[in-house]
Amino acid sequence: MDFGLSAEQLLLEESLGGLLDARAPTQRARALAAADDAFDPDLWQAVVGLGVTGILVPVEHGGSGLGLLDAAVAAWTVGARATPLPFLGTTVMAPVALRTAGTPEQQGRYLPRIVRGELRIGIAATEAISKRDGAGIRRDGGVLTGSALFVIDAESADVFLIAVEDGSLALLPRDARGLEVRRLVTVDRTRRVGELVLGSVPVAEWLGAAPDTAAQATRRMIDAGRLMLAADALGAADRALALAVEWAKTRRQFGRTIGSFQAVKHLCAEMAAAIEPARSLLWWAAHAFDHLPDEAALAATHAKAHLTEVASQVVRTATEVHGGTGFTAECDVQLFFKRAALDRHLLGSPALLREHAARLQGL
Amino acid sequence: MDLSYGEEAEALRREVRAFVEEHRTQAPLGAIGLGGRPDERVRRWQALLIERGYAARNVPREYGGFGAPPDPLARIVIDEEFARAGISRGIGGQGPDMLVPTLLEHGTEEQRRRYVGPTLRGEMVWCQGYSEPEAGSDLANVRTSAVLEGDDFVVTGHKIWTTSAHFSDMMFCLVRTEPERPRHAGLSYLLIPMASAGISVQPLMTMTGKAEFNQVFFDGVRVPRASIVGERGEGWRIANATLVHERNMLGSAAQIDALFQALLRLARTETRDDRPLIEDPLVRDRLMRLQAEVLAARWHASRLLSTRLRGEPVGIAGLVVKLTGCELAHQISSTALELLGEVGALYERSPHERAGGLWVFQQMFSLGLIIGGGTAQIQKNIIGERGLGLPREARGDV
Ligand SMILES: Cc1cc2nc3c(=O)[nH]c(=O)nc-3n(C[C@H](O)[C@H](O)[C@H](O)COP(=O)(O)OP(=O)(O)OC[C@H]3O[C@@H](n4cnc5c(N)ncnc54)[C@H](O)[C@@H]3O)c2cc1C
Repeated sequence: MDFGLSAEQLLLEESLGGLLDARAPTQRARALAAADDAFDPDLWQAVVGLGVTGILVPVEHGGSGLGLLDAAVAAWTVGARATPLPFLGTTVMAPVALRTAGTPEQQGRYLPRIVRGELRIGIAATEAISKRDGAGIRRDGGVLTGSALFVIDAESADVFLIAVEDGSLALLPRDARGLEVRRLVTVDRTRRVGELVLGSVPVAEWLGAAPDTAAQATRRMIDAGRLMLAADALGAADRALALAVEWAKTRRQFGRTIGSFQAVKHLCAEMAAAIEPARSLLWWAAHAFDHLPDEAALAATHAKAHLTEVASQVVRTATEVHGGTGFTAECDVQLFFKRAALDRHLLGSPALLREHAARLQGL
Repeated sequence: MDLSYGEEAEALRREVRAFVEEHRTQAPLGAIGLGGRPDERVRRWQALLIERGYAARNVPREYGGFGAPPDPLARIVIDEEFARAGISRGIGGQGPDMLVPTLLEHGTEEQRRRYVGPTLRGEMVWCQGYSEPEAGSDLANVRTSAVLEGDDFVVTGHKIWTTSAHFSDMMFCLVRTEPERPRHAGLSYLLIPMASAGISVQPLMTMTGKAEFNQVFFDGVRVPRASIVGERGEGWRIANATLVHERNMLGSAAQIDALFQALLRLARTETRDDRPLIEDPLVRDRLMRLQAEVLAARWHASRLLSTRLRGEPVGIAGLVVKLTGCELAHQISSTALELLGEVGALYERSPHERAGGLWVFQQMFSLGLIIGGGTAQIQKNIIGERGLGLPREARGDV
């Protein structure tokens, strides 16, 4: 039995964390979040330089052929700094889909460019989970029509990977005729989601010839995405707790450090008690994605539901520990409050995921 | 036990209902008093409500109110009918809901005449200057000083988290006038014009993305001696009287009910996968769970009212109102966000946003109210110590 992070994983956390702390401290994250365009090409290239975009890409395509747990390390490291980066679509969901359903030719064409940071992929998969506002992309032969909401990393994507209603997966360049990309603004401005509107767009490229393969790729890509959102929420919760503890150790009222009031101490202890087992759940779930095929889907579903529940509770409590300061925009806890709010609902809200978890077990 | 409101109240209900029907279209929606100064339309609405006795009902006529004798049931009937229609109950907030009752209890005749009418009519807007960087939960630690020089107090210091200060005319302010006395006994309550020389206001953005907060700096601000409410050294007692009004306002059952009704409307209209959310058993369970709490809050308010009408102390039942009411309001808006899923995260006029981002705003704002006006932890201390008679936690500096 050896359940824990490897030396390499700890090193990745340290080097990526160090890079982000140096190049994108929360002040920089705030500036990017406030800007019209949150994509910072220099920062992206620095992250690419560390090999992050190659984590899930096989060695023969220039990557390092690592696993979901390694990607999760990167995800919580980013989440703990609320860094605006197009991480989820390009680095995780697209490579998983391409590995599962791409032809050797497609893998050879896309994966090396992903590794080198030359290509970013946005993911339209919301409607494969649930639909609002009449959204959904329909296919008629080789032509797509309809709209997709909450497209991940839409802002800086060069190519979109689109889950179509009939189960197929389309690859569409951003400049395809008839494709309109709209901006959606969420409470978390450190990540940019969008809406795709397709008015009869002919599609030249599909992923997964057989419908089964495409459906399998969609499922795997969504599970991977959920694990990353769970990891991002863990990072946000970790940092919110660290900020709260720091505050509780320094802020004084009634002639005492507030952390010496049992009410405040227990709030902090409860956050830690919620986070630590959740961290173990996430490690297991990320490991299961690559190594425990029978448990992978259930593990990813529970991890996303549970980690985002924990994070919601933690960011709220951390705000309370900060008192009036916690309610101000300049308090860093708010970056994580908002980050966790979006993590919670992208790719399936907790209640929906719990229902899915029951169905996965034939319950 | 008699749950009927009596014929008099029911007659009033019929009258209010007819009024609401008639004026529905011209009424502003929802709560007023947070975003900015009341505009012309809101002030006209407020004037009409006062004229009919639906606002400032029990404030004496000579101070600009409607002048009805105390009749709390009437207020409940009016609250209920306005909430049912989802229309504005008039101008509320720190001036009308907190300062006015305080002045009626503790102000001089001159202060009442000068301030109550314009405040009720929305012509004079107030902010609350209690908190300081070193005096939040520990409010008695206020350091802003007011030194008497001739006929003026000269005020120097720094207030923070002052809601609405950037558009307020006046501040009711807690200052230290007797530095030689023990902490609580050294405080006084002053009414300060925000246009006074030496005041500067620095807006402070809150997590909702709006500049609701401010820092207010006082640099030798001269305030006439007659601006004190109560006696020198009575500030703590008077500030606490205001805080009681604040906590009742924050935990208000009528507002919680209005919020819950909005949640019900949302659940009926919103669809997921082309199915109305209200058909989802899980949603139904959550809504009904909340409804039980909303009903509890509503009847709890009735119980407090009855107790007070009998002239009996409400005790611990009153101490829990702020804690439970603010938490419930937060749970209602959190549930709305659960119902909305991803679209609940949309904000700042995004396409597909619902109700102008109301719910995501409310969810954050209601968390602010769990902290403001005495944090949840401080409320629990009060319940434990004053309500249950548990020993106090040791202070660090005595
Ligand atoms: C939305 C909002 C609006 C506000 N509007 C105004 C306004 O208009 N005017 C104004 O004057 N002020 C206003 N405030 C300030 C508010 O009253 C204070 O923020 C609040 O009283 C807490 O004080 P603090 O921020 O200094 O937190 P602190 O007192 O520093 O508290 C920090 C943490 O320590 C805990 N704590 C402190 N003491 C104890 C104790 N003895 N036992 C257990 N736990 C303890 C608190 O519960 C909290 O979790 C507002 C605040 C908010 C959030």
